[in-house]
Amino acid sequence: MSFIIDRRLNSKKKSTVNRQRFLKRYRHQIRKAVEESLQKRSIKDLERGEEITISRDHTNEPTFHHAEGGAQTKVYPGNRDFITGDEFSRPPSSGKAGSAGKASNEGSGEDDFTFHISQAEFLDLIFEDLALPNLVKKQLKSSTSFETHQAGFTRHSSPDKLNLIRSLRAAYARRIAMSAENTEELTHLKKQVWALESLTLDPQVSRTLSALKLQIFELQKRRKRIPFLDTYDLRFKNYIRIPIPSSKAVILCIMDVSGSMTQTVKELAKRFFTLLYLFIRRNYQQTEVVFIRHHTRATEVDEQEFFYSRETGGTIVSSALELASQVIRERFPQEQYNIYVAQASDGDNWDNDSALCQRILKNEILPVIQYFAYVEIASGVHQNLWHEYYRLQPLFPKEFAMQQVRDSKDIYPVFRELFSSKTDQ
Amino acid sequence: MKKKPISTDAEWTFALIEQYDREIARIAAEFNLDTYPNQIEVINSEQMMDAYASVGMPLHYHHWSYGKRFLDTNQNYQRGRMGLAYEIVINSDPCIAYLMEENTMMMQALVIAHACYGHNSFFKGNYLFRTWTDASAIVDYLLFAKSYIAKCEERQGIDQVESILDACHSLMNLGVNRYIRPAVLTAEQESRKIAEREEYMQRHINTLWARVALKDDKNEQKPNNFPLEPEENILYFIEKNAPLLEPWQREIIRIVRKMAQYFYPQKQTQVMNEGWACFWHYTIVNRLYDEGLINEGFMMEFLQSHTSVIYQPGFDSAYFKGINPYTLGFSMMIDIKRICQHPTEEDRQWFPEIANSAWQETLQYAMRNFKDESFIQQYLSPHLIRQLKLFSILDKSTAPCLKVAAIHDEDGYRQVRQDLANQYDLGYLEPNIQIYNVAVKGDRSLTLRHFIHQERPLADSVNAVLRHVHKLWGFNVNLESVTSRDEIVEKYQYPLKNNDGS
Repeated sequence: MSFIIDRRLNSKKKSTVNRQRFLKRYRHQIRKAVEESLQKRSIKDLERGEEITISRDHTNEPTFHHAEGGAQTKVYPGNRDFITGDEFSRPPSSGKAGSAGKASNEGSGEDDFTFHISQAEFLDLIFEDLALPNLVKKQLKSSTSFETHQAGFTRHSSPDKLNLIRSLRAAYARRIAMSAENTEELTHLKKQVWALESLTLDPQVSRTLSALKLQIFELQKRRKRIPFLDTYDLRFKNYIRIPIPSSKAVILCIMDVSGSMTQTVKELAKRFFTLLYLFIRRNYQQTEVVFIRHHTRATEVDEQEFFYSRETGGTIVSSALELASQVIRERFPQEQYNIYVAQASDGDNWDNDSALCQRILKNEILPVIQYFAYVEIASGVHQNLWHEYYRLQPLFPKEFAMQQVRDSKDIYPVFRELFSSKTDQ
Repeated sequence: MKKKPISTDAEWTFALIEQYDREIARIAAEFNLDTYPNQIEVINSEQMMDAYASVGMPLHYHHWSYGKRFLDTNQNYQRGRMGLAYEIVINSDPCIAYLMEENTMMMQALVIAHACYGHNSFFKGNYLFRTWTDASAIVDYLLFAKSYIAKCEERQGIDQVESILDACHSLMNLGVNRYIRPAVLTAEQESRKIAEREEYMQRHINTLWARVALKDDKNEQKPNNFPLEPEENILYFIEKNAPLLEPWQREIIRIVRKMAQYFYPQKQTQVMNEGWACFWHYTIVNRLYDEGLINEGFMMEFLQSHTSVIYQPGFDSAYFKGINPYTLGFSMMIDIKRICQHPTEEDRQWFPEIANSAWQETLQYAMRNFKDESFIQQYLSPHLIRQLKLFSILDKSTAPCLKVAAIHDEDGYRQVRQDLANQYDLGYLEPNIQIYNVAVKGDRSLTLRHFIHQERPLADSVNAVLRHVHKLWGFNVNLESVTSRDEIVEKYQYPLKNNDGS
């Protein structure tokens, strides 16, 4: 008798543990592959997973086996016209069917091991060991927005928070308490009155009776004086304010679009901004991006225009910083947003302006934001803006970072450098 | 009298599977197939890939290499580069067979006949399986192995356990006893004995190495080798004798060794096993048809799958990937039946003992008492050699050309048969490497010997494997390749030394 079982409903993820162990073991190679693929693919489609290819050499499980060579006899099917003793030269080794032990890996990909990782895993690998600068600190320090929760009741507050039920209950309790002694006496007197009333009328009795009645009247009068509701009884709802960490972030991307910025330089800047966007978005529920571009004048633009329209002209970086500062002030209150500013430029600035930039940064921007990252995209020597900014670094070691990018290979390492986890320092 | 067909639709249901199974079981019993009870489990493709990854077993300990296999299968399957098997069957009692849910009703019936009655009876009958595996205990043992290794991972850390498993896996092929039969233990006894064994072994090994410390200068004769005779089961030797291993490490070696031993018969009987299963699905389905339980449409679909399973492309075809074990096995089984029933003069001459014998008994006998190598040696007939047009090629690395050594003619039959049999001899396919000596009185280094066969050298992986041996042994490891005349022609060692080892 056979048992027939439907196993299809059982869990399908039996291999998950093994798969994770594999990924962990080859983390190093996989991360390298991820970094390489990052350079190749357009930054826009970071939103999907990736085919990872690592060398089979690394993942081989070695066993003893024979190499080619020596004498081997192999039997083949389908003889057409060979007869015993025929000799012919070796077919080229690729077509050689009998290479020992490797029959299963046919095809070209024998040296490479390719597999798929999900987008989440891909991003995990990219952003591994990166931390959002100042995230935690900021939350504790000056957060920010509040939520009001009711927490019990209080006796003093404004009338609009009065809780009727609680107040009346308190009043009732007070009335009972305050009239307790009174009630006992009253009952006692009433009993005496009833006892006397049942007797025959005689002047002595009626005198005592009227005295008693007077006493009862007095007591009842006193009792009426107990107020129905006293200020003492009032109960108000109590509200407390709980600070909540902001789950919103804004990134201000500032880019120089003056004549000195070529399309390739802009592409590099774009990659940097996209990485930043992806990274920050992973940490907040809601992330907004503001694009500010400038030559001698700064304007806020949309993404398309930011990256692809070209303008020429001189460069006044301070105009962009001023605009950024204004945007922050007007639209992104510090309590509600985690603010990040990233600036990309070739570092070329109108000479007298750099000092002004430094001042705006120091006084207006850096105190209210989480992090400012400056990337200079230039292959040569540092430009004047770099030198000015350089002096800011000691003043804001946690909020301010700057790096130089030479070509597209640098983008990712520079990004890592800027955001590498600082906890271990 | 013709019966009514069980089903005419491609869709399967559990009720239909049950009905087919009942009929197939009846026919199998009529043919005297002795089987374990069946446990038929329907699974989907993802579960099939899980099963692939864990070498077909229903449960297995965790290891990264299974994750690698899973990723590989997954990638190939999703890219359409490979299909998945229609079934997987496990040598266990009850015999567990996994059927894919994508199969049509015809495929399910074929697969039930193939796996649940063909393979199943082979597992129960073949001498290798009877001797080396314990079908009733394997699932329990897997459970034990999995939980034991999980426990080790908890105590020792995953990395520690992983590195031991890596080392063991690389020596898995050399972790089997080929000739000595071990005592059978059930998983239950196994776990009861662990503590006992751990303690005993540790004591035993300590005395072995304690003895080493004493120098006896009196006996200055030629020192004996340790072990006295070369030991073929390298994992066994290491488990019992490696001086530095902890008890849990020995137990893990033992687990891998047991698994290797469990799979060893399957490696040695692929042709026979598949041939036997194909023969029976073919015979049983034909009988179903003869009885009218299946209709022509079903039969056509069946023949189409059957012929594609046993298709053998010629050596010069683009699809050629070596000899198809299904073809060879199936053809041989059919051929034996033919020799029993309608022998020619040639057959009488070559197979006097089976010509005109009862085919069922003869096939049963062949199934029970052979493995691939000896089965081919015994039963490959000239008729079949002609039919498959087999020829053998001699590839000598010293010669400039390949040479046709034998073809399907009177002079070649025996040679082709011998060559083909060798091709399935594991001792011939895998390098013969054994434990040769331990420097008991010296640096405790371990020496392995590779006994060269037909001048075939070792592949480059040798150093990587020696590193694993070294990991287990704990002291220097040497490997010598020796010829049949006892000359050492090549030496390997780990750790690698600079120049002439000092």
